[in-house]
Amino acid sequence: MNLTLASADGARLGPEMAALAHSPLAIRGLTVSYGEKPAVFSVDMTVTAGAMTAIIGPNGAGKSTLLKAALGIVKPLSGSVTVFGKPLAEARGRIAYVPQRASVDWDFPTRVIDVVTMGLYRELGLLGRIGAAHKARAMAALERVDMDGFATRQIGQLSGGQQQRVFLARALAQGADLYLLDEPFAGVDAATEKAIIAVLKTLRDEGRTVVAVHHDLSTVRDYFERVVLMNVRKIAEGPVDEAFVPEYLQEAYGGRLATAQIDQLSLAGA
Amino acid sequence: MLLDALTLQLGYNATLVAIGAALLGVAAGVTGTFLFLRKRALVSDAISHATLPGVGLAFILMVLLGGDGRWLPGLLAGSALTALLGLWLVQWLSRATRLGEDAAIGAVLSVFFGFGIVLLTVIQTIPAGRAAGLESFLLGSTAGMLYSDAVVIAVGGLITLGLVILLRRPMILVAFDPGFAETTGIDTRRTDLLMMTLVLAVTVVGLKIVGLILIVALLIIPPVTARFWSDRSDHVVMIAGGLGGMAGYVGAAISATAPDLPTGPIIVLVAFAGFAASLMLSPGRGVLSSFLRHRRFQAAVHMRQGLLALAQEQPIYEPLTLRLLRRAGLVRADGVPTDGGRARAAKALRDERRWTVLRSMEAHEVAASLYDGLREIETVLTPDQVAEIDRRIGLPKGVKP
Repeated sequence: MNLTLASADGARLGPEMAALAHSPLAIRGLTVSYGEKPAVFSVDMTVTAGAMTAIIGPNGAGKSTLLKAALGIVKPLSGSVTVFGKPLAEARGRIAYVPQRASVDWDFPTRVIDVVTMGLYRELGLLGRIGAAHKARAMAALERVDMDGFATRQIGQLSGGQQQRVFLARALAQGADLYLLDEPFAGVDAATEKAIIAVLKTLRDEGRTVVAVHHDLSTVRDYFERVVLMNVRKIAEGPVDEAFVPEYLQEAYGGRLATAQIDQLSLAGA
Repeated sequence: MLLDALTLQLGYNATLVAIGAALLGVAAGVTGTFLFLRKRALVSDAISHATLPGVGLAFILMVLLGGDGRWLPGLLAGSALTALLGLWLVQWLSRATRLGEDAAIGAVLSVFFGFGIVLLTVIQTIPAGRAAGLESFLLGSTAGMLYSDAVVIAVGGLITLGLVILLRRPMILVAFDPGFAETTGIDTRRTDLLMMTLVLAVTVVGLKIVGLILIVALLIIPPVTARFWSDRSDHVVMIAGGLGGMAGYVGAAISATAPDLPTGPIIVLVAFAGFAASLMLSPGRGVLSSFLRHRRFQAAVHMRQGLLALAQEQPIYEPLTLRLLRRAGLVRADGVPTDGGRARAAKALRDERRWTVLRSMEAHEVAASLYDGLREIETVLTPDQVAEIDRRIGLPKGVKP
């Protein structure tokens, strides 16, 4: 049983220290605040290697903020993040991030292939030449999401689903071991959703770790093995069967989900 | 006369100014592109206005120390210091308070500029130190440009250009997707600060030629113009550099053709001429091409609607549709379709069905994404692929388009 309940009382470390050292992403006591209202409060989370984990919770629950704090995009008020047992700064090369599609200006003067190549900038350094091998890697990443035919299109000409696949391709080009995705299925067409989940499952089958902020409760059971349920605080964490249950859903969503809905969701996999 | 100026035959001073202005233009265009892409163009306005008190303070200090108050490197160093302070204040105000960056820029810009004007006015009353001419930093003045001034501008411009080339990848990444940039280990705040420092360097270097009020134009107009001509950031950077350099060179040459023509304002006007021409004529984003594209699109829509209406034997009331069909010889004056019209209508209807099938086939996603209800299907598929789709529809064979 790997279910750990959130608690702010500090009685949480101890026997799991060994597991922490190997976890792709271990978060301890993380608190992030915009102004004086905590968006994420004292969250612990230990991501299991080689699995797909969904972070779920209602709007404003701090899901994206948790992800951004784990990546160092927003500075936490307190808490620690380790990636493969190391501080974040030493493990940058093993992480790939897929931000929310709406977070960038799609009229930016750049082509699809250029965006994917951005995933290689870290390796290229300031002046490294973009050689044939790099171009091939960028194209291979585009092929994995069926977007190779769009390589020289300006990014503003893409549909929402295609934009999302370009972002995924950029993360694939990074060749990371841990993939963190922020609402990858938000506002995309069904074909894109299918394509993305197929790629993510392939990544998992290759032994890589996938963590996604997810909002569609009806697909949690089909897509993910583990869930982290949160609403500012962590409510539950564990395998879908243990953590994605009425009791915790009720606690996370309060009155926002009808009891009938909750029963339906948790029975779907039983 | 202008030809003489453009071929650098109007004497020593005019040549110095033209080369200096061209270099400044390249540096400003290239640096300004990153500012423009980061959507921080207005910050440069605050930076440039914040240089003025530095000019005054540096003058006073140099006179007090018994030196020449108008020594250019000293004045530029002073302007850089207060500009840095202004930049830091803008960043701090918008980060630490709830003021937006626009409000912070407005506050810093006007206060620093006001303080600078007060200093210059006070300096005018000091008998010592030959203060006359300091106000030329407002709009630039090239009349008495020395060789050493030109060297300062050239070296400053080249160093800035080199640094921009070195930092182009992090700056582009931060401009496009700061969150992602941060996850790859780029410090976005430091990158922004470096970019602003480069802008500051261009501003300070440009004080002598275009002055602090107009330098913003040289930073912003070239990238905005370049954006009309390319959808690739690396190309936009290079085009902006070229345009800036050309504006500097041509503007300086024009101003050399007659006495009392102000160099800085003319450079800005030349840059603006390039912008206006691009705004009108750019093939992708220009006003003219947008207008023509819209007209062509409207005609295509009406044509297609008309053909579909003919195929389904519906009446057509839209005058534009009727006019287009008549002009193409597809209907007669009384509205009855010709043989050619019937054939085209049947083809239009069949193309609709073909597109419907095409769009449901995952293998043809790239082609399907081109669907706009207007395009002839033969323009995106080979005859074999069209035949394959026809087999799926099960249309009778031998219907010729």
